[in-house]
Amino acid sequence: MTVIDSRKTPLTFDSIAPGVGLAAALKLSRSDLIATVAASNLRGRGGAGFPTATKWNLAAAAKVSEGECKFVVCNADEGEPGTFKDRVLLTEYAPLVFEGMTIAARAIGATRGILYLRGEYVYLRPPLDAELARLRRAGALGRNIGALAGFDFDIEIRMGAGAYVCGEETALIESLEGQRGEPRNRPPFPVDTGFRDQPTVVNNVETLATVTAIFANGPEAFRALGSERSAGFKLFSVSGDCDAPGVYEFPLGLTLRELLEKVGGTNAKAVQVGGASGVCVPAKAFDRRLAFEDVATGGSIIVFGPHRDMLAVAKNFMEFFREESCGQCTPCREGNHKLLEGILMLERGECSTAYLRELCLLGETMQLASKCGLGQSSPNAFLSIVEHFPEEVLGRSFAAAGGER
Amino acid sequence: MSTVKETHPGTDRAPVSQNPRPLNYPPDSSKAIGGEVSVQIDGQDVKVPIGTSLLEAAKKVGVHIPTLCHHPDLKVAGVCRVCVVEVEGQRTLQAACAYPVTSPLKVHTHTRKVRQARRHIVDLMLSTHCGECYSCKRNNNCELQTLAKEYGVDFYRFGHVKTSRIPKDESSYSVVRDMDKCILCRRCVRTCIDLQEVGVLEAIGRGHETRISTYLDKALAEVVCINCGQCINRCPTGALHANDTSDEVWRAIDDPTKHVVIQTAPSPRAAIGECFGLEPGVPMTGQLNTALKLAGFDKVFDTNFTADLTILEEGTELLVRLHDALVKKQPTALPQFTSCSPGWVKFLEHFYPEYIPNLSSAKSPQQMFGAVIKTWYAQRNGIDPKDIVTVALMPCSAKKFECNRPEMGSSGFKDVDFGLTTREMAQMIQEAGIHLPTLAKSGFDDPFGDATGSGVIFGATGGVMEAALRTVIELVTGLKVEKLFEHANIVPVRGFEGVRMIELPIPQVAAEVPEIIRKHVPSFDFLKGVTLKVAVAHGTANAKRVMEDIRAGGPFSECHFIEFMGCPGGCLGGGGQPIPTSPEIRQARAKAIYAEDAGSAVRKSHENPAVLRLYTEFLTDGPCGHKSHELLHTHYTSRGKQIG
Ligand SMILES: Cc1cc2nc3c(=O)[nH]c(=O)nc-3n(C[C@H](O)[C@H](O)[C@H](O)COP(=O)(O)O)c2cc1C
Ligand code: SF4
Ligand code: SF4
Ligand code: SF4
Ligand code: SF4
Ligand code: FES
Repeated sequence: MTVIDSRKTPLTFDSIAPGVGLAAALKLSRSDLIATVAASNLRGRGGAGFPTATKWNLAAAAKVSEGECKFVVCNADEGEPGTFKDRVLLTEYAPLVFEGMTIAARAIGATRGILYLRGEYVYLRPPLDAELARLRRAGALGRNIGALAGFDFDIEIRMGAGAYVCGEETALIESLEGQRGEPRNRPPFPVDTGFRDQPTVVNNVETLATVTAIFANGPEAFRALGSERSAGFKLFSVSGDCDAPGVYEFPLGLTLRELLEKVGGTNAKAVQVGGASGVCVPAKAFDRRLAFEDVATGGSIIVFGPHRDMLAVAKNFMEFFREESCGQCTPCREGNHKLLEGILMLERGECSTAYLRELCLLGETMQLASKCGLGQSSPNAFLSIVEHFPEEVLGRSFAAAGGER
Repeated sequence: MSTVKETHPGTDRAPVSQNPRPLNYPPDSSKAIGGEVSVQIDGQDVKVPIGTSLLEAAKKVGVHIPTLCHHPDLKVAGVCRVCVVEVEGQRTLQAACAYPVTSPLKVHTHTRKVRQARRHIVDLMLSTHCGECYSCKRNNNCELQTLAKEYGVDFYRFGHVKTSRIPKDESSYSVVRDMDKCILCRRCVRTCIDLQEVGVLEAIGRGHETRISTYLDKALAEVVCINCGQCINRCPTGALHANDTSDEVWRAIDDPTKHVVIQTAPSPRAAIGECFGLEPGVPMTGQLNTALKLAGFDKVFDTNFTADLTILEEGTELLVRLHDALVKKQPTALPQFTSCSPGWVKFLEHFYPEYIPNLSSAKSPQQMFGAVIKTWYAQRNGIDPKDIVTVALMPCSAKKFECNRPEMGSSGFKDVDFGLTTREMAQMIQEAGIHLPTLAKSGFDDPFGDATGSGVIFGATGGVMEAALRTVIELVTGLKVEKLFEHANIVPVRGFEGVRMIELPIPQVAAEVPEIIRKHVPSFDFLKGVTLKVAVAHGTANAKRVMEDIRAGGPFSECHFIEFMGCPGGCLGGGGQPIPTSPEIRQARAKAIYAEDAGSAVRKSHENPAVLRLYTEFLTDGPCGHKSHELLHTHYTSRGKQIG
């Protein structure tokens, strides 16, 4: 399998020599280490944007059961449709990802690390294993890392099996434990009761690589980029109707319009931000910012050109969720099915506006009452498309009925 | 994103239960972190221990929150989402059953969002629920139906399926699975995996294709199901029910050429009132006798008669084993295990077949009765056994399987023709237009008459052990049990602790061995100074703890005699008992059972005059004699975990 270099901009990661970030981090005490991450204002790159330092602090404070240890899990499940930046990181910057895991381990006192690798990325496994072996030989993994007495940490790779929901951190942990990949009730959170019921930090691939960059270049350099509440640079996976799809690095806080100019997609009629579980932003709102305080994203940007049928877009996403729901809770298992059914009715011109309104309320119920992020976000695309493209959604009721009614 | 379809459902998950857990089960909840925290629920303040669920907290202030996947016997799932509430400061609604209170909270339980969500969730469940209430076993006792009423469902907002998608699985003698009615609350899965640790049922598939299935999607009769029916008792809907043979029983009653007799076990009598709106724990023994006669049964007998008989057979067997081991120094299978719970027996046959020699060869009271009725009773009354139909009223779904075991025909006929559950009998009584609670009481029919209190307590966990000890102590020591235990209540073996072990030093032995067993054990001298070690375990999860301990050579391997019951609480919590069930309900039933024992004129099996008559008139070579072996004892099948 050949990997096409999809980088379209230089990445900050290019400028960071392996080992520098880890060496800088290991000079610090554990509390200073977390303080540095806090000073950078880094928020998780997996989508939810949870402050990384806060997560680490909680895990650092949490207690371990007798004979057990804490864990650092790198979430490399990258299942969100339209996301492929983690793959680039794992292909070209794996040392930075592993260093980030080691820094996290130092911060919280973990001795075991697990890279949970998306099933389809199995071809990456040999080079990643080779890299781990190299790190062990270099003393960057194993016992007394960095000549720090008692700092023992090693990383193993575990393969996912193709379920989107296993990217959700608690489902991921269930999967690691050999169970069906189904999200757990939260609280308790993984920082407290994670893998094998022990304190566990789950971070996205990019979050961990970024941690390494922060230690290599200093937290100030990182914080200088981005917006006030969304610090730093971020990778974007851009696909769809634009001239140059690929992986881009931008500071957070840029507007969609600015992004579309860079990728050659200015004639877009809408952009899906955040993948299937994200929201659909129509052209009139292209001044909105890609930042946690405005349109949050794990980096997936799908551009829809003027010719796209937005109902078909919604249908595509709902088909995805109908299959990928873990099937555990009622709102998500049955709700996604009903929304998809509604779209098929709309296609045939058989959905009354009253029923469409009911479906939108159902979407709200799913957002509010589903057990995990999947069901809570799966109606987003449908709801935003119905809101912003009513003429495309309802239009065909008239068309299909011969323009009458 | 590829969609990996499961080709081998069931193989992808080792049931949680396969992970070893320590012996102190159920876990001690009093170990919860100390400290209290205050919650405001719909404007009412309440202080609860840290870690209490919002659902529990709401109960304390009398606020009702609907639930469906939650069950007091099971681990929290948080999957149905009907219990959602609004917690101030939280973006999403929270499942009250699964949300532990760890800091002060303000909660609202019936805001617009909450009501909308609950109504939608009920509507969504109904949209895929294929079944009609009129023709459903759970009509009027269905949690889904109740919710639909509570939430004012007056039309199917999201449609309603009318055609069956999943064929019924009626392969099992005990449990019928009608997955068209399943709402995927997974209580059955948690029951089978976590409560019983059998692991037959699991969710398979994902998304809208999710359903509950078995290993490789096989029929229930072809997997390791032990027929305990605990999943039935915890299913909120009619998706699981017992395999009902009451139509055939009616047919027998209607047939004038048939002599239809019924035996009733103690547990149904302590619980059947619940089906008629009574509080749990009101015994209906006398009323039930009257009702059964009114319904058309020719004779009504008390299973306790053969419970007492079991004690004599099983007690003798134990003395023989002890004699073999201690005097003859033969290799002997000890501890001896009780064999009266068919759920437990099948569990052992599947998971611990190498311990089959430890199982008492005595049949269960149900089966002994069938054999005695179709032989002694038939002869005595000049009835051709082929015209006798024996029915057993049992708290148990596994009894249906047991009476169909091919080896259960020592009378030359099928010993027990039909096993009915408490629920099915309540249905028959209703169908006959009889209002059970207001009936006059009546006694049991001769020649078996009213049995002893020892037989009654078979219904509760520890009961068989207590009954056996009452008899063994008296026979062996020559002392009255009352001398050792006040009112002959052997309290240490009672209670609901999952596993209990007690030691009984034998201070003295009787000078003479009772004649009836003297040919097996000529003298009791070998027991002098011996400390009898016995144990009790109920629910197969606890049974598994004990078996693992025995396998590892732990303290339980030193026991002489262990009572195992397949169901939590013993028979009173059986899979054929009225629904719902909970620890409180089972406790109330236990109280009724011990009250009946305390009120019995005769309380020790070896003093049951009818049993003694059976030995003088019919089984003349005594307990464990040749004839009793033929009629009252059985053998077992090594099944293993991989079958079919
Ligand atoms: C349905 C679902 C799928 C997810 N998939 C991923 C994923 O593929 N990769 C990822 O890093 N995070 C994913 N997440 C987010 C994780 O649950 C978790 O928040 C994240 O790994 C935390 O890392 P961060 O704090 O570094 O962002 C997913 C969440 C949900 C609800
Ligand atoms: S929201 Fe969907 S994916 Fe999440 S637990 Fe519920 S059914 Fe599973
Ligand atoms: S399961 Fe409940 S709701 Fe369904 S048909 Fe039976 S009684 Fe009615
Ligand atoms: S009857 Fe018992 S063993 Fe069989 S599926 Fe139900 S709970 Fe499991
Ligand atoms: S069979 Fe009953 S208990 Fe099991 S999931 Fe379905 S509705 Fe729930
Ligand atoms: S009862 Fe709480 S989620 Fe089902």
